[in-house]
Parts: sequence; C-alpha cells; structure tokens
Amino acid sequence: MENYNIVIIGGGPAGLAAAVSAYDAGERSILVLERDVNLGGILNQCIHNGFGLHTFKEELTGPEYAQRFIDELKERKIEYRLNTMVLDISKDKVVTACSKEDGVTQIQAKAVILTMGCRERSRGSLNIPGFRPAGVFSAGTAQRLVNIEGYMPGRRVVILGSGDIGLIMARRMTLEGAKVLVCAEIMPYSGGLKRNIVQCLDDFGIPLKLSHTVVDIQGKDRVEGVTIAEVDSRMKPIPGTEEHYDCDTLLLSVGLIPENELSRGMGVELSPVHKGPVVNESLQTSIPGVFAAGNVLHVHDLVDYVSEEAKAAGKNAAAYVRGELKEDESGEIPVKFEGGPRYTVPETIDPSQVKDQLTIRYRVGSVMRDRKVNLYLDGERVLSRPRKVMAPGEMEEVLLTRKMLDEHPNLKSIEIKVEDS
Amino acid sequence: MYDVVIIGAGITGCAVARYLSRYKGRFLVVEREEDVCCGTTKANSAIVHAGHDAKNGSNMAKYNVKGSEMYPALAKELDFPYEQNASLVICLSEEDRPRLEALYENGVKNGVKGLEIIDAKRLHELEPNVTDDAVGALYAPTGGIVCPFLANIALAENANTNGVEFRFNTEVTEVSRAEAGTAAGNASDADEPHWVIQTNKGAIDTKYVVNAAGVYADVFHNMVSEKKIHITPRRGDYCLLDHSTEGFVKHTVFQLPGKFGKGVLVTPTVHGNTLVGPTAIDIEDKEGVNTTAEGLDALISKAGNAVKNLPIREVITSFAGLRAHEDGHDFIIGEPDDAAGFFDCAGIESPGLSSAPAIGLDVADRIAGKLNLKENPDFVATRKGFIDPKTLSLEERNELIKKEPAYGQIICRCEMVTEGQIIDAIRRPIGAKSLDGVKRRVRAGMGRCQAGFCSPRVMEILARELNVPLESITKSGGDSKIIVGYAKDSI
Repeated sequence: MENYNIVIIGGGPAGLAAAVSAYDAGERSILVLERDVNLGGILNQCIHNGFGLHTFKEELTGPEYAQRFIDELKERKIEYRLNTMVLDISKDKVVTACSKEDGVTQIQAKAVILTMGCRERSRGSLNIPGFRPAGVFSAGTAQRLVNIEGYMPGRRVVILGSGDIGLIMARRMTLEGAKVLVCAEIMPYSGGLKRNIVQCLDDFGIPLKLSHTVVDIQGKDRVEGVTIAEVDSRMKPIPGTEEHYDCDTLLLSVGLIPENELSRGMGVELSPVHKGPVVNESLQTSIPGVFAAGNVLHVHDLVDYVSEEAKAAGKNAAAYVRGELKEDESGEIPVKFEGGPRYTVPETIDPSQVKDQLTIRYRVGSVMRDRKVNLYLDGERVLSRPRKVMAPGEMEEVLLTRKMLDEHPNLKSIEIKVEDS
Repeated sequence: MYDVVIIGAGITGCAVARYLSRYKGRFLVVEREEDVCCGTTKANSAIVHAGHDAKNGSNMAKYNVKGSEMYPALAKELDFPYEQNASLVICLSEEDRPRLEALYENGVKNGVKGLEIIDAKRLHELEPNVTDDAVGALYAPTGGIVCPFLANIALAENANTNGVEFRFNTEVTEVSRAEAGTAAGNASDADEPHWVIQTNKGAIDTKYVVNAAGVYADVFHNMVSEKKIHITPRRGDYCLLDHSTEGFVKHTVFQLPGKFGKGVLVTPTVHGNTLVGPTAIDIEDKEGVNTTAEGLDALISKAGNAVKNLPIREVITSFAGLRAHEDGHDFIIGEPDDAAGFFDCAGIESPGLSSAPAIGLDVADRIAGKLNLKENPDFVATRKGFIDPKTLSLEERNELIKKEPAYGQIICRCEMVTEGQIIDAIRRPIGAKSLDGVKRRVRAGMGRCQAGFCSPRVMEILARELNVPLESITKSGGDSKIIVGYAKDSI
C-alpha cells in the first residue's frame, strides 16, 4: 500500500486549489486523483467567459481559469494521476482507486479532501412523462458534445430549467446555429444568475417562461415535440395551459446534486438540505481528517468561491496532518439561521479555530427583496448588511471576523437572521 | 429453406431459438428492431413469479410453474443474474382474507412449492417497511427476480453460438403459405408446401414459423388463420429507484387485489435498485410506451398502500412497457387448426418472463418432433456472462486489468462500468450497436445520472469498435441518432 499525507479526490477547480494551498501551507506529500483525461474538471467544457472576476480581477474562460491552477500545481510538482477512478474510501482513509496503468491500488492517507463536484439531475429524477427518445440531454452533456467534441446535439431546442448551465447552453446553441424556442422554469423565479438571464436569454430574444414545466415528450426514436404547461403554486400543471413546441431536442438544466457516493460509503454525515457533508469551520466532515470543498460540499454559483473554499480546506488539511487541528467536537457552536437561509456552510463553528476570519455561505429558499442580513453573537448584533435582492440561484455570504469573536468570549450562540429592512 | 423462422427476438423468441439449437437444423430469428430485447421483454417487473396467480388449468399456470422451476439452473448454465428472493402477496384488510386463502389454494393446485400464509407479525419481521395495515401475506419462497435483458441476451447468444442465425432491422410484412416448387426466398429445396415470410429486406422460405411477436402476434396470426385473435397493448408504468434504496424491501412485495384495487408491486432488482409498478392501462397504440403523469402519480400512490416511506425521491428513471394482453387472457401456444406449421406464442403477458424457458423448451421440442429433427451433437449448453470487475477480488481484478487494461478504465461512474465491459458488449456475436444496447448488456448509463456523463464516452467506443462515424451512433437504432451534425454547420 502507498502512503500519502493528503489525498485529494478530484482534480477540478476545488481539488486543484486545495492541492496548491496544502502545498503552500508546507505539505509535500500530496496526491490528486482525477477520473478524467485532463485536470480542470467541468471547467474544460465551460468555454464562455466570466470566470475569475473575483480571484484574478479579469474575465477568463473556464479552461483559462483552470489552467492558472493547473500551472500552479505543476510549478509545485504536486503529484496527480489522470484516468484514475476512486472506487472506495474507507473510514480509516484507505483510498482504493482504479486505472488502466496501475490496476486497482490502495493508498493510505492521513487526510482526505473530498472534491468530487456535482452532477446534473436527470429527466428520470423529475419523472417527466412521455416517450424516451434520443434528443433529451442534460445541459452539461450537450455542452460537452458541442464545446469539446464539436457536434450539434439538435437544431430546434426547448430548455427546461433555468439553471446556469441551461442558460449558457441557450446562448451556445444559438451561436452554433440552433433555434432555441423557449426556456421553461417550474419555479416562479430563475435558478440561475441574473447576468446569465440577461446575456444568454434576453440578448437573444429567447423567452423565459416562469412557473412552467414539461408535461409531455413526443417522438419514439428522436424527440419530435415537447408540451409545456403552467404550474400552480403546488407546482402541479394547470390543465388548459398546455403549449406545444415542435423540436428535436430537450435540454435539462434542473438542478445539480453534490456527488457524494464516496462520502456516503465512508460514513460521512451528509446534510439533507445541501446534500453535501456536514462540516465545521475547518471544512472538516464528521470524520476527523476528512475535508470537503467545492460543489461536492454544496453547489456554488461562481467558481471563484469554489477556489476560495477549497483553499481553506487545503490549508486546514495540512494543519490536520501536522496535528494542529483539534479532532473532537467540543467547542463547536451550531450556526443558527432564520428568515431566509436554507442552510449554512459551515454548520458549526469552534471560535478557537478561527484564525483571521471565516466566510459563512448560504442560499435562500425564495426571492427576497430589501432585507437586512444580520449576524448575532450571543444575541448581540455584530453585523448588519442590507441586501436589495437575494435569490435562490445566487450564493450569499456573511463574514465572521476574529475581532467579533474576541469581543464575545465564552460564546454560546451564532445566529444569522434575514430581517426586514 | 429454413426449418424454423422465429418472428421476434424477445425472450420468448430467443428461448425457442435456444432450445431449438439443441437440434440440427436451419433456424433464423428475424427482429424488426436493431437488437434483441427491444419490446415487452425490456420493460416489465423483472420478476420470476412463483406461479400462484394464474388460474389453475391455464397455459399461464402450466408454463409459469415450470418456467419458475427452470430458472435457477438456467441462470447458472447461461450465467445471467437471477435470485430467488421469495415473494409476498400482502393482504391489506381482514375482509380480503378469503381472497388470500383462495390464492394459496390456487397456488397449491398449480403445484407451487413451499407456499405459506403468514401472519402480520412474521410479515413485518420479514419486511419492516410493509405498511402496518397489512394483516397477513402469502409467502412464496420460490419467487425470484431476474435481469430480463441479460436473460434474453444470454438465450440469444447461446442460440447463436449453437448456429441460430439472427437478422435485425428486419420487419415482417406478410406471412403466407406457398405451394411446392414456388420458393419466394431463393430456397433451392422448396419441393414441399412451406411458408413465405415477406420482410423489408426480402422474402424468406421456411418450413415452420414461430410467432413470438409480442404485441404484434395477433397481426401475424390473423394473416394465416381464420380463428382471429386480438391483442390489446396493456401499458404498465414503472419507477426505478437508485441503488441507495437497496434493502428497502428484500422480497418482491405484491398487493392482494382487493380493497384498494389491483395494486402495484415493490421489488428489489438483481442489481440492487428498487422497482415500483406497474399500472395497467389498455391502449390502442402498439408503440405507445410513453409514460403519463396520471400513470406515474397513480403508481406512486398505490405503492404507498403497501409500503411505508417509499423513498420516491430516489427515482432515477420512469418507463412504460406493453403487455400483449389477448382477449382470452391466456397464452396461446401451438398451431391454429387451419394453419399447420405456424406456431403461435401469442398473448404472452405476465407471467411471460417467468414462463419463457418453459415455453421455449416445449415449443422447440414440439416443432423438432414434427420436423423429425436430430439432436445437435455439438450443442454447447453454457455461455459465459459479461465480466463484472466489481464482483472480483482485488487480485483477480488486477490480473484481469494486466491482461486487458481496458478493464481498468471506468467509463460509467454511477454503475462503475469499465471500457473492457463495453468492448465485450459490442464485440460479442449478438453485440451491442447502440447506447441502449450497451446499457442493457453492461449497465453503462443505467445509473443515477442516466448516462449524462458517460454517453459521449460510450458513443466514442461504439464508433471506434464498429468502425462507423460517431454521428451515426444511435440511442436505440432506427432514427434515434444522438447528434444531428457539426457545430455551426448550418451557419
């Protein structure tokens, strides 16, 4: 069996940033395992720009953004293996992986960083009725076919769901010569970023139909048409509102699910809300020495935040290997929230473990306007930030500083409240 | 001149083919679709009924009980997944109890072994997730689950190994009687009256026809016989739940028809998923395999009558299949009085999958008897299944990868399917030609992401192995192309 101090599962944006940061924290025994043929993960097929505004203060494409981190990884000569699928991770951090070259190998890690990303919800998981012909794609699959392989998955397209990949693909398909007829969204609000609605739908005259869903798919071999209908407040289709579209393609952008089968297999506690591991302020999961970051932890809206989060995970994993991170649950204060957030990451905070500052991230469950986000420590408001609009498609954050914590010794309660302005 | 031409490469047709291949002769299976297992066989409950349901004295009862007895040995011989997980018919109210007892009596009469009526306490020990309202159940230890795809494929491969020919994308348009000396299909030995099968790819001469055409069996039957039959496609909607639900139920849980109507079943599959269904909706369209919102809603609510906390959020796909329901509600096996040499396997609805080996054996032996066929001395009874590296020990797996590195490359991450398996699925004699063909053989794309990640990779492997352009790859043959051109080709 091989031994590495830190094994990182996945060489996408999270895994790359975690590796670089663990290295910069002094760790030298690091191994990144990547199942695909390249490092960079899903960024490789995101050829549009808009990445890196926060991290690099410039607009990069996905591959360019990934390359910056790949370069950093290579400069540091951090080890990585491509085409290597992790089959299993044991509770004792034995990582079993498989590849053509090495066969099935086992690696004993001192710390593991989970950075497997997420997957798209499929048609099946929504139980969309109708036939099951060719021409129904998740938006990401279509993105890969177009952007990496150079193929057209269809000519006349209906998009269900207004997640960011769907919006981006509405524009991409149009630019590649397809006609995008409509984007239907079952919720009364979009699941994507505002800027993507404007730049990918509005600018191309593609209608967005909120509170609409697909109620039938026609075509036995290849999609021949799709019927959409308006839904009521319980998200049930309203009879009589059906509209038919002749099309050959249905793209689905109906949500992303953190891919936690390995985490579940090793017994990591998962959140039923954000579907990723429950973590503390160090991004450490319920198993000491196992960290999580990026979309495997919770689905992010911007890759910049993935990198930032993963950097913290890498640094903390290095500290864990050095024995500088506490292992027990003592001192952990649950982060309470009310008035809007559906969850927070991290779920718990031990004030003694916070160095300079800590970003608490969350998403809200519905569109909210003119609110104040207030942070309370032991009932005292220490931060108040007005927010004009908050939407489920965009991630929110609250910054907890060392100074705030120092002013509240023996802290018992941390609470985020979204309140009326 | 063929001795026997079988119309339909579903499990019934392939079972007949496989058992016929124990004899010497020229046998051909013609199939309209691009692969075996494309009709009723691909979308059903994937169970082997113990045999207590079918009316005593019916063909269904006879072939079901026999088929169910044959499955364990056949699954070993042909190396396909089958498991005797036992079944439970749960009774949801005291007033239905007489029906439960009648079912038990019927099963005993049919010759089903080991049947037992169990009380609610024992039932809940066996299946903690069965509803608290259940008052008892019929326990059938010989009930089983099977992979219908692999059973069908195994029978086809084995038949092919033993000399049976297969023609795909070959649609039968007419079946008629021909006089001696009038070979339509270029047979040189047409010196006796025989059958001529017209297809989209030319005519075929044969001494015997086996009509195993599923929902279309009435069409072919009615071409040759005045004793008309009528098959109604009876649609059944299903929901398939992810592996994460493995163990939700261990037995196949049926509902006793009664207070809540016919009910639906909840069963584990041989691959660790949970399957819920079917509905039963009579339709006109013999191609109408579309699910409907009403159907899916109904089956989820009906399943809720039988089990508690059904993890329906774990659904990974829903689908519909058509049962070939004949008006007389029994299997029609044999030659019509006015069409000797035309052998029906018609009206094969549930328990058709359970009965297939018994029907295949019986039909093959009867035809062989009539044609005086000699035993095939070279008959090979066994077939090796697809290797599943997951089931190997670490050492065995590494040995395999050393020999065939493609078995170290995972393509489908949800089901952990390797490139080696996909190549094997394509290269076999009755090989996969499409994404669905690969999926049914080795499960790439069968998992929770429903081929989102692996389909571009599987398409590449198919194109490479079949030496065809990638844009010709289909989901399931015909016009089901995945891609329609090149980026910007219309600009």
